[in-house]
Amino acid sequence: MNELLEILKDLHPEVDFETAKDLVDGGILDSFDIVSLISEINEEFDVTIGAAELTPENFNSAKAIYALIQAKLDDED
Amino acid sequence: MQNNVLDYLEGSLARVPDKIAYADDDVQLTFSDVKRIMDSVGTGIIDMGCNREPVIVFMKKSPNTIATFFGVINAGCYYVPIDSEMPATRIQLILENCKPKLIICDESTIDIANDFEYKAKVVLFSDIVNTKPNPEALGLVRKKAIDTDPIYIVFTSGSTGVPKGVCACHRSVIDYIEQLSETLGFSEDTIFGNQTPLYFDACLKELYPTLKFGATTYLIPHSYFMFPIKLVEYINEHNINTVCWVVSALTMISAFATFDTVVPYTLKTIAFGSEVFPIKQFRLWRAAVPEAKFFNLYGPTEGTGMCCYYPVEREFADDEVIPVGFPFKNTEIMLLKDDNTLAEQGEQGEICIRGTSVTLGYYNNPEKTKEAYVQNPLNTAYPEIIYRTGDIGHINEYGELVFHSRKDFQIKHMGHRIELGEIEANVNLVPEIKLSGCIYAKEQGKIVLYYVGDITEGDLIKALKKKLPRYMLPNKVNRLDEMPFTANGKIDRVKLTKMYNN
Repeated sequence: MNELLEILKDLHPEVDFETAKDLVDGGILDSFDIVSLISEINEEFDVTIGAAELTPENFNSAKAIYALIQAKLDDED
Repeated sequence: MQNNVLDYLEGSLARVPDKIAYADDDVQLTFSDVKRIMDSVGTGIIDMGCNREPVIVFMKKSPNTIATFFGVINAGCYYVPIDSEMPATRIQLILENCKPKLIICDESTIDIANDFEYKAKVVLFSDIVNTKPNPEALGLVRKKAIDTDPIYIVFTSGSTGVPKGVCACHRSVIDYIEQLSETLGFSEDTIFGNQTPLYFDACLKELYPTLKFGATTYLIPHSYFMFPIKLVEYINEHNINTVCWVVSALTMISAFATFDTVVPYTLKTIAFGSEVFPIKQFRLWRAAVPEAKFFNLYGPTEGTGMCCYYPVEREFADDEVIPVGFPFKNTEIMLLKDDNTLAEQGEQGEICIRGTSVTLGYYNNPEKTKEAYVQNPLNTAYPEIIYRTGDIGHINEYGELVFHSRKDFQIKHMGHRIELGEIEANVNLVPEIKLSGCIYAKEQGKIVLYYVGDITEGDLIKALKKKLPRYMLPNKVNRLDEMPFTANGKIDRVKLTKMYNN
């Protein structure tokens, strides 16, 4: 989780990602952010997030994003 | 001879009055609706005493906004689009530059407009659209139309921190629409899916050919560009066959393996520009929609939209760059070397534009205009203005123009043209900042800012959000104890780039 928070903090140092729950719906992350966020996640965690997982629900909070990464890691085991 | 862009509407209105011209998820306008709105808004503007002057259109992206642009033109004025995404200080600079009497708003922007430091008459679209059209007054304006009069001002990044307003006339836009339509093969059957914002010249590609041919434009909601499967489904549902997008919007779809799930099979013409299309991503697109035609477009705002095109047909190696190709008919590209002579084939030179597509200049800014809109150095016989783009290019062995690099610190980031100097100028306005240096990490596609000063990275970004549009915000911010300098005492950007790469 800390690695993910680091990545998010790099994107938006002004946002408190531990509490924010409307990253997409609240317009905090835009399409540019999503693209760079996913490439960083893919690199850091060695997973591949595909188009089907790109939904607002999966990206609305750090917790949701982390759950998605965990699910990907479990799948690959 | 056509001397006003609104003449495009006449034929379509007679042929297909009830066809949808512009639509988004909330509003659908037929060609008759467009005519009604532009006559009402036009009359309302004339009634307020505006004539051949800038009118600010401050509305959210919507078909009504487009019809309002036409209403401004119908009144013999020129539109200046601004957007609620723009920070207040930037809007203030734009208003000070244009000195408008009138600002047209909608419900989503009126509170912001009433708080502007700059005071102008603020009217709601929903009020002015109820004006009873006055055909005599509108007819008189049209009778006096001159095709070298302005049609819009759009603002682009300026290296000193003040945005520059590029002002274009009817003749340049008509020339562009004619050449673009012929080259890309637009017709009444064209269904556009618009991606670009309405406050840049990029949207000319959809707005005016739609009027000319009686075609249809869907304004795709911004949020779809985060979720590629939804986006492709939107394209297919609306039978969209033509897109003119920035490269990053297209690569967002291909990079996430969207084509494994869904393919935009309705697309027939795919134009892209503003950035280099990575060949690997391009191949994914061509494999997904093999029947579609692909065009690379190139051109600065000062050259009215785009001025070069390249149909991508031959195969490219992974490390090759797709050329920007050939100038549109009625435009010449001159490659000028430092001594103002023409570059030979293979030699590098500055890309300079000659022809009707050259815009009028930067509004209320003679100094900046003089630097880039210059007398053709190869013509000493009569006044002839060419535009010096600051882009360096060469002609390859196939006779195609290839973009090489910039002469200065202007960058292309996610399709947006940005002066790194404008970012630094705004960073330096933050009181705690002592020094700042900005670089662009091309490979990672990141704007990286280094600074010295007693402020945290987070607080600095917060302060910058009030001054810079979102696309200009640095993606990485690093605080330094000391700024590296070159022997000449300038900020050492080479060293900063090295620091970032380590």
